[in-house]
Amino acid sequence: MLLEIIISAFIVIAGIFGLVGSLGMIKLQETMQRLHAPTKATTLGVGGVLIASMLYFGLVKGHLSFHELLITLFLFLTAPISAHFIAKTFLQANIRAKDLPPSQSEYGWSVYVDPPNREEDEE
Amino acid sequence: MITSALIFAFVCFGLGLLLNLWRMATGPDTADRILALDTMVINIIALLILYGIWQGTAVYYEASMLVAMVGFVSTVAYCRFVLRGDIIE
Repeated sequence: MLLEIIISAFIVIAGIFGLVGSLGMIKLQETMQRLHAPTKATTLGVGGVLIASMLYFGLVKGHLSFHELLITLFLFLTAPISAHFIAKTFLQANIRAKDLPPSQSEYGWSVYVDPPNREEDEE
Repeated sequence: MITSALIFAFVCFGLGLLLNLWRMATGPDTADRILALDTMVINIIALLILYGIWQGTAVYYEASMLVAMVGFVSTVAYCRFVLRGDIIE
């Protein structure tokens, strides 16, 4: 009984987080703000579903598996990378290089300037 | 009790998918559409795992793992195509 309550609580919390993440996509005003909602809230929602699934199959069904942890790990690793790429896409399309603060290094921001080619520099 | 929690979560993630579809259709920028597609993939992973709990089988892990990988690769490929006009340089 207690187990069922814990699993149900995880599923309900995950559902609320997932809905909040998708609602933020509609509610927030600008693209860079909208980047926050799915990458944080929805990832947490999926994490809750995966924890609930692991508890359910491990403790109720009796065969514990770590597949869910793999999916959680994969999602938590890839969500920042895809968010970074989407932010770069937005910058490239909408922001000019001169509107940004200086990058404080020899080269400009990587979205606007090609990566330094060390071999060519040496020649 | 788990059944009603599952129905609640199904409704939440299904509604989330509809909201993402709205953002994908009306998004003013390409970045908005890519973001909406990425979120749709994450919501579909959650729906697949919930369906697995509903059916009581462990078959849907592999499916959700594949969806997660394909979703990540397609997001990165789409972003690189918009950024550089090429996926692998």
